[in-house]
Amino acid sequence: MIAIVDYDAGNIKSVTNALERLGVEYTLTADPALIRSAEKVILPGVGNAAAAMESLRAKGLEPVVMSLRQPVLGICVGMQLMCRRSEEGDVRCMDIFDCEVRRFVPEPGIKVPHMGWNSLGNLSGKLFADVPGGSCVYFVHSYYAGLCPDTIATCRHGGTLFSAALKYENFYGTQFHPEKSGAVGERILMNFIGL
Amino acid sequence: MVAKRIIPCLDVKGGLVVKGINFEGLREVGDAVEMGVKYSEEGADELVYLDISASKEDRSTFTELVERIALGINIPFTVGGGISSMDDASRLLDRGADKISVNSAAIANPKLISDIADRYGSQFVVCAIDAKCVEGVWRVTTHGGSRMTERELFSWAREAQERGAGEILFTSMDHDGTKTGYACEQYAMLEDMLSIPVIASGGAGSVADIVDVLTRGRADAALAASIFHYGEIPIPTLKRALAEAGVPVRL
Repeated sequence: MIAIVDYDAGNIKSVTNALERLGVEYTLTADPALIRSAEKVILPGVGNAAAAMESLRAKGLEPVVMSLRQPVLGICVGMQLMCRRSEEGDVRCMDIFDCEVRRFVPEPGIKVPHMGWNSLGNLSGKLFADVPGGSCVYFVHSYYAGLCPDTIATCRHGGTLFSAALKYENFYGTQFHPEKSGAVGERILMNFIGL
Repeated sequence: MVAKRIIPCLDVKGGLVVKGINFEGLREVGDAVEMGVKYSEEGADELVYLDISASKEDRSTFTELVERIALGINIPFTVGGGISSMDDASRLLDRGADKISVNSAAIANPKLISDIADRYGSQFVVCAIDAKCVEGVWRVTTHGGSRMTERELFSWAREAQERGAGEILFTSMDHDGTKTGYACEQYAMLEDMLSIPVIASGGAGSVADIVDVLTRGRADAALAASIFHYGEIPIPTLKRALAEAGVPVRL
């Protein structure tokens, strides 16, 4: 069973729908016991990082997520919450990944939010098994995690090369939305589920 | 680099995708979910579903349909048509829409854009603008081009961006349905003045038209309906032609 952490962090319907399409059993829950006993855990997130972090803390779920030993996948803001801190609302996050989340610096001709399909580079690890370098995935974000030793995929927006995905021990994070990234995204989700 | 997007647009009535034929009425072209799945498998980057139904019964049918679309397809989709309140936007978000587009209601009440953007983020709000050129001025129209407003395309697009719209979907009513190419100059002007993505709509008749609006017109995305619905231009063929023309696309 996959536990999707329910902490009022925006629309999680796209994640539950993707798991339905893939025929994967899941439960949407804020119950620490259910989260701890799940085979895998997904931490979704849309919207403002500071508000999402506050909501995770208010539900007492920060220490629960940090102490998990099974594979955990943070998506978009869910991934950002696993970084050291975020410039969005200047908030301290869970400090699992060794990097900070910053806002894209304005550049002529470069649009923020970074929204749409962009290609992945420097792919490594099981999350990207059978995913060719250069594959496009779907992004919607104004803040990004920089490059660090935990980076397992990169993406470029204007002059900024950032972490498209991160991994530290059992924790994984994708800045993009695998649940909206067509067949490539489904491959990545199935790779996570198969870990 | 962010890929240029190809967006099939599906007009929906009573759960079915329909297409008007030379003012003679509507022809049904297929099931909304099945067509969406087919387009996504062929390489469409995003889909737009427009509710063109008139009755309240049809509206609730459409809401249920949005839920089925969200469950069925694995790429982002926008829904539009008759969205006039925060409640409409919330209802569609709850059913799984990635974005909503506002048009006539935003002209009547521009604050609708700011309200929805403040609550759900700019990425959720597309401002659709239908305009036609009258004596050299691009006048904004509503109700499918039938009603002229006092608004002008470029100032309204700028205001929509300032109010928090995440994208502008501009349809040239002068080009729509003609299949003679998009209003490239106007898209290039919008690109120069806006910092949010611009989606081109109206006039697609050939692969060359789409290459043109994404290069000379510099649009971020090209939307079309009939050329896809009737198989005139298969999406894989279009994507390969765009790549060969040097347009960054997702293959």
